Amino acid sequence: MNRDPRRRALSFLMTGLCVFAVFAALVPVALIFFFVVKQGIGSLDWNFFTKMPMPPGETGGGMGNAIIGTIIICSLGALFAIPIGVLSGIYIVESGGTKLGAAARFAADTLNGVPSIVIGLFAYAVVVLPFKQFSALAGGFALGVMMIPLVARTTEELLRLVPTSLREGALALGATRARAVFTVVLPAALPGIITGIVLALARIAGETAPLLFTSFNNRFWSTELTEPMGALTVQVYSYAKAAHEDWHRQAWAGALVLVTLVLICSLLARLATRRLERMHVGR
Amino acid sequence: MANSQSGDRSFFFTTGFFAAALVVIVAAIAYTLAEHSVESISKFGLKFWETSTWDPVMGEFGAFPFIWGTLYSSILALVIATPVALGIAIFLSELCPDWLRTPLTFLTELLAAIPSIVYGLWGIFVLVPLVRDIQMAMPEWMAALPMFSGPPVGVSMLAASLVLAIMVIPFTSSVAREVLRAVPASQREGAYALGSTRWEATLAALYYARTGIMGAVMLGFGRAIGETMAVTMVIGNRAVASWSLFEPQYTMAAVIANEFAEAADDLHLSALLEVGLVLFIITFLINLASRLLIWQMTRQRRPRATPTPAPSAPGVPA
Repeated sequence: MNRDPRRRALSFLMTGLCVFAVFAALVPVALIFFFVVKQGIGSLDWNFFTKMPMPPGETGGGMGNAIIGTIIICSLGALFAIPIGVLSGIYIVESGGTKLGAAARFAADTLNGVPSIVIGLFAYAVVVLPFKQFSALAGGFALGVMMIPLVARTTEELLRLVPTSLREGALALGATRARAVFTVVLPAALPGIITGIVLALARIAGETAPLLFTSFNNRFWSTELTEPMGALTVQVYSYAKAAHEDWHRQAWAGALVLVTLVLICSLLARLATRRLERMHVGR
Repeated sequence: MANSQSGDRSFFFTTGFFAAALVVIVAAIAYTLAEHSVESISKFGLKFWETSTWDPVMGEFGAFPFIWGTLYSSILALVIATPVALGIAIFLSELCPDWLRTPLTFLTELLAAIPSIVYGLWGIFVLVPLVRDIQMAMPEWMAALPMFSGPPVGVSMLAASLVLAIMVIPFTSSVAREVLRAVPASQREGAYALGSTRWEATLAALYYARTGIMGAVMLGFGRAIGETMAVTMVIGNRAVASWSLFEPQYTMAAVIANEFAEAADDLHLSALLEVGLVLFIITFLINLASRLLIWQMTRQRRPRATPTPAPSAPGVPA
């Protein structure tokens, strides 16, 4: 090995730079978590989860209505996205390369890359304009559209992971394709698909842009689907923009709730996929 | 598909219906945006993208500062993010000990899961004051350069591209890592056999994976261009096209986020929808290019990599 010292030094240097890059990415993660926890934890109390916002100038109050709003809007989105996502995912895998299957796959990839604000515009034009009113339904529709490609691609990937022998076994026993899918293949892939859906839910729960002009915002308790509805992210946004110390405090608390939600979902998904991987290796 | 049992026909009909719905939604997005932009397009034509006066009250709309701000902030973000993202990808795929790989991957990918609004909040209260301090601390001769001119307010192009860079890193690095993993071990082994250092072997792998890496960078670009909340909160929202890093500017996504809910007249709405339409088209093209590049890389190279796993199978990540 006749490596001259300069080349070895360069190699050493570049390896060092790569390690540095990892730190450069980890520092922001650490900083963001640090600030969100430090600024938010003090304001996370019972009131935050149960009260509604106070009028400007008064301290106290909470984001209870916005939290309920986020739950309602995300549920609407999930109701809309899960059937379309799962069934089109099944079609993409089971149709075995028809034109429609390829088109659906392409559409899912395209939709996944569409900026969330553009999806908000779409929901505005399709739902808000005809009804002439901002509504929770419009927000749910927007989030649903964002969620569809996530669900469709997870379903597709996980169905492909199911060993072909399982499907062939079912078919050999005389099952129809539909029966093979719904009683054998889909149940085998289900834990993974549910994990994917949970991750997708966590992602849409953190979206703000598509809600700005669909579900708009609402400072009061509301469960009326055809009325504007508050959401945690939108509330954080409007508080962050305002020049009011007490609102900034609550914005951080809202951010802490969002980050905790994301962290829990990611960790759960991580654990679930690890179990799945072991199961598949075990086979 | 050859199965003719009636249960299967309805199965394919039902699932096919939902697959078609997915296609229809994407087509509907493009159509709806185009339909609602017609008023603005027919009134301003190409002038819309060349002029810089954005005055909803007078009904004058020129979107040049927005497309400038979007492209400038995204390109700056890429310049910052790409070396870091590649460094992470190289570390995770070539250098990292096995026990460290999973937790590190998890942590870097956590960056992608943090909601945009949280980045924005952090940007406003932590990063923006920092940027302001940096600008204030700059020696006078530097502050006089056109690149660094502007009021010391903190909300600026620099703050926006820094936040964008952090947000884009996980996307670029995870695709780059996948692509590097698709490089056959023989490439690195060949380089080592010729007496390469570790870095030179990595370079060989990078060169082999160049198409896919381009794809990874493009994917990050697409993400940066469409990012809304975090940028809106830190860029300053002034419709001015400037080279200066400290000048408050504006982006396409930000102007939609700020003005759409309050836009009163049809022309204003239509102008904002045209901005949205162009945003849709740009991200569509960039993502398409990105997917083609990644697909080329993983499609052509994988089959060549798999037929010879035997000698080095244990220990080599599949």
